[in-house]
Amino acid sequence: MAEIQENDSGGRKKGKQKKIAIRVDFTPMVDMNMLLITFFMLCTTMSKPQTMEISMPRKDVKDESEQDKLKASEAITVLLGKDNKVYYYEGLPSENYENTTLVETNFSADPDGLRAYLLRRNGSIVQKISELDQRKKNLEITDTTYNREVSTIKKEKGAPAVVIKASDFATYTNLMDVLDEMLICKIGRYSIVDIEQGDLFLLKEFTKDESYVVHQEVIEEIVYEEQ
Amino acid sequence: MTAMSDVTVLLLTFFMLTSTFIQKEPVSVNPPQSVSEIKIPESNIVSILIEPNGKVFMSMDNPNDRRNALAELGRLYEIEFNEEELKKFSLLPSFGVPIAGMKSFLALSPEQQDKVIMEYGIPCDSTDNQFKMWMQTARTVWTERIQKAYRENPDPSARKPDLAIAIKADANTPYPLIRDIMNTLQDLREQRYNLITSLRNAPPA
Repeated sequence: MAEIQENDSGGRKKGKQKKIAIRVDFTPMVDMNMLLITFFMLCTTMSKPQTMEISMPRKDVKDESEQDKLKASEAITVLLGKDNKVYYYEGLPSENYENTTLVETNFSADPDGLRAYLLRRNGSIVQKISELDQRKKNLEITDTTYNREVSTIKKEKGAPAVVIKASDFATYTNLMDVLDEMLICKIGRYSIVDIEQGDLFLLKEFTKDESYVVHQEVIEEIVYEEQ
Repeated sequence: MTAMSDVTVLLLTFFMLTSTFIQKEPVSVNPPQSVSEIKIPESNIVSILIEPNGKVFMSMDNPNDRRNALAELGRLYEIEFNEEELKKFSLLPSFGVPIAGMKSFLALSPEQQDKVIMEYGIPCDSTDNQFKMWMQTARTVWTERIQKAYRENPDPSARKPDLAIAIKADANTPYPLIRDIMNTLQDLREQRYNLITSLRNAPPA
């Protein structure tokens, strides 16, 4: 690896030390380093995966008084149907679901999409939060105040509360898309709830699809208040 | 040449220091996209892997916890695991075979284990909910370790760690499968989950 070059002229001048030039060949080391770099690049993850944090309601709270009752004016129910379709209705369903009308919508950012609708309903809060964002950007407020302000704004009276009910035909992507809309539209109160017979009935009537079979499920409606 | 080797050594050091190794997963799962930018905690996680056909696998980040969990579960199901089997199990990154077949699974070579684990998955139907037992055991084992650490080194100012539950499910998993898993977790009074997602760019405000 390392070569030692002797100077030819050294022999004639007696008494003077031989001049030795040492040259080390680095190529194998560079090769090995490159190999190791490739190995590390291929076998590692640079970034940790993203997560969506959710809280589910407690199952053991059966006492009605412990739960927050939803106001009809604040409630929006989102139903996840077949083939990535999504429907919603406003308010709480009437006794026999007869006066409730479904609206079909989608996950796009179009004016008739779910996002546009939720932004419209949640307009004042989105407005306030974006003002706060601006102030945070200008370094007028600290992160802690920002977080505190955001959570108080989200809990304001009159803010819509979304109840998400997924049918058996929905996929995990659909659920994630709805949860995404909650984040984008700054909805403070939302909960994932088992679908009720009445909702299936509505879907069946609306789509004229017989496969939305009305089946027995334990009905639970607990509104989750975001902490 | 010296300059180049300098650069390679520098890069190598950088990669060695910043990287975390990819966890080997028994099945490849494609998580759905989301705008959420919260990062997953580094330690104290139990991850649940759900593949599109509903097979469930689990992993715990602490090898010692894994080992204790298997010992504990073996006690509950009256299966005795010897020291060697426990050690082998603690080295597995994730697990997902029915407890009855665990002994024979651990006897296989690692290559064979990788091949057959795809066929299994932790049973989680209502008649034989081993997933629930695993989850419960994971929680017990974790709590014991934290409490022991606290007894040995009581530090009231330290923030109490919490066991995070990460659910990594494939984007095409039907919702009922997710619901069943969440229902089981809710039965165990586990209310907060981290749903693992891949990043999607947030829409302009």
